[in-house]
Amino acid sequence: MKTDRSGARTYRPVLLAASVVLLLAVAGASVCVGAQALPPAEVWRALAGSASGDEYLIVREVRVPRTILGVCVGAALGVAGTLVQTLTRNPLAEPGILGVTAGAGFAINVGGVLGLAGGQVAQLALASLGAALAAVLVYALGSASPLRLVLTGVAFSAVLSGISLGLRLMLPDVFDRFRFWSVGSLAGHEQAPLALPAGTIAVALLCAALVTRPLNALMLGDEVAQALGGHVLRTRVSVLVLVTLLAGAATAAAGPIAFLGLMVPHLARRVAGGSIPWLMAYTMVLGPVLLVASDIAARVLLPTGEVPVAVVTAFLGAPVLIWAVRRRGAVPA
Amino acid sequence: MNGFLTLRAGAYSVRAARRTLAVSLALLLAALGLAVLGLCVGGSWTPPQEVLAALAGHGDEVVAVREWRLPRVAAALVFGTALGLAGAVFQNLTRNALGSPDIVGLDAGSYTGALFAITVLGGTSAQLAASSVAGGLVAAGAVYVLSLRSGLSGLRLVVIGIAVNAMLTALNSWIVLRAELEVGMAATGWSAGSLNGVDWGELVLPFAVIAALAVALAVLAPGMHQAALGDELAVASGVRLNRLRLLLVLAGVGCTATVTAVAGPIVFIALAAPQIGRLLTGAAGLALAPAALSGAVLLLAADLVAQLLLAPVALPVGVVTTVIGGCYLIGLLVRRTRRNA
Repeated sequence: MKTDRSGARTYRPVLLAASVVLLLAVAGASVCVGAQALPPAEVWRALAGSASGDEYLIVREVRVPRTILGVCVGAALGVAGTLVQTLTRNPLAEPGILGVTAGAGFAINVGGVLGLAGGQVAQLALASLGAALAAVLVYALGSASPLRLVLTGVAFSAVLSGISLGLRLMLPDVFDRFRFWSVGSLAGHEQAPLALPAGTIAVALLCAALVTRPLNALMLGDEVAQALGGHVLRTRVSVLVLVTLLAGAATAAAGPIAFLGLMVPHLARRVAGGSIPWLMAYTMVLGPVLLVASDIAARVLLPTGEVPVAVVTAFLGAPVLIWAVRRRGAVPA
Repeated sequence: MNGFLTLRAGAYSVRAARRTLAVSLALLLAALGLAVLGLCVGGSWTPPQEVLAALAGHGDEVVAVREWRLPRVAAALVFGTALGLAGAVFQNLTRNALGSPDIVGLDAGSYTGALFAITVLGGTSAQLAASSVAGGLVAAGAVYVLSLRSGLSGLRLVVIGIAVNAMLTALNSWIVLRAELEVGMAATGWSAGSLNGVDWGELVLPFAVIAALAVALAVLAPGMHQAALGDELAVASGVRLNRLRLLLVLAGVGCTATVTAVAGPIVFIALAAPQIGRLLTGAAGLALAPAALSGAVLLLAADLVAQLLLAPVALPVGVVTTVIGGCYLIGLLVRRTRRNA
């Protein structure tokens, strides 16, 4: 057992480096694959700035921003999932399933009706507010058991998505620009400036990295954490704020994408074991890998046009939910 | 006066609680009242006297009432009945108020089947019916097999059903996006669950199927209630449990799939109707008749709300039922939490 552990420890940095290489490969593929297939050599020339014309436009104006957005949103949702699962000690928790992203999306919809959701800053603020309210509400109603938390989140998401759909049908002109966004897609955001969402997510990820050590102590139980000198309440509140910010920023940028935050931590835990800092590091790399890969699949799954990436993540992530529920003893009923 | 009424006809007899009979009668009257209201509401308001005259074939509104509004009202009543029955069957089988076909993905499965029939097979109504039943059965089988190890009752089955539902919904939106534009447009309105624009032509076959299934369920009902007492008791009192369960699943999926094939996945009715029926009758088990009547009243009322809420925009009725159903589900969970605390 002991040798296994030390073996795993030596492999962790190697596997993390391999994951980073994988991320670079996936990002490269994401720039090459699309409605118009471009050979890597031409992509390279476009990136270096020596190409001109269509290739240059496609690569620099569409695919690179989209890939960067995918990396940011993937990291944000993955880390948010890890934080929620760790904090609630619930392997089924995830911002999408818990209705947090639905809350963020609903807040933006309501803001659209009131004419408030014009700028990027306003959207980010609305999304974070909605995410926070939804998180508190769902947790208050469903914290009795992991399975009940999932049900409450699903019910809550259903109500919000129904009302949002009603609003969209009532005011079609207001919601025309939310059409792509409302299904969870990375397409159609290429022209939006990336600085604000990417910056917010980067800062939140940095804070998440800082909070891993107190969180690691918290995993030993509240009393032990306190005895070790941790501030239990402060850790909890800061984790909750981070989850809200990450889920809100990701939703404001790409719309509600579910199941990614569920998949990534389960995947990362396989290689990271029980260590929260390693888990966080793997999550930050594997989240973008999964989302960018799903986005590539979203582009090639249809002969004409695209599937919203949220459809791909739901199809991939739902089996993970089934697997997590079926594991004996992992989830008390 | 022991609270029960026994009706005899030759060798057959039916015993029913007086309160159940009274409640059923009241629900029937409510359904009729809502039906008349539904016939009055449309592009413009028609007074009830004129509606009744038009039903008899007199007046200016004959076409509007008999050809446009009546099919919609009849569809809401019959489909509501079918969904209420399906909900009662599955909630009885899983012994769980949340184990209803819309939550655990049977609606989504039927819808996958229906989409497959339309986009791949060509979409005659027989193909539509057959493949939506097949889709519902496959979804039911998948949920059953996946939750075998952890037991059929309890929340685990429900969460597995939610996951299956999410996968099927993703698959459905992929099929809709893949389809030709016109098919895709039609399917998008339909995917929310809608009674907009139904006409008599497409209702004849579903009505016949639902009537047959309702009769079959009435025959199976005594066994179902005995099975609800527990496996050992049911077997000891002569119920062939496996055959009964198979028949019940077939009938329940048949009801859900028939509705879905015509109107798309309409959620919540199957979830709430049996429980509302039980609350009203104060009975111990989930009886079929109150569930069916509650379903009819609920769907008709929801359809009226869908027509009136944002008039002149007609909402798909599924949107209304989703919102109400989500609130109902949250309420159910809150009550359970309180009871446990």
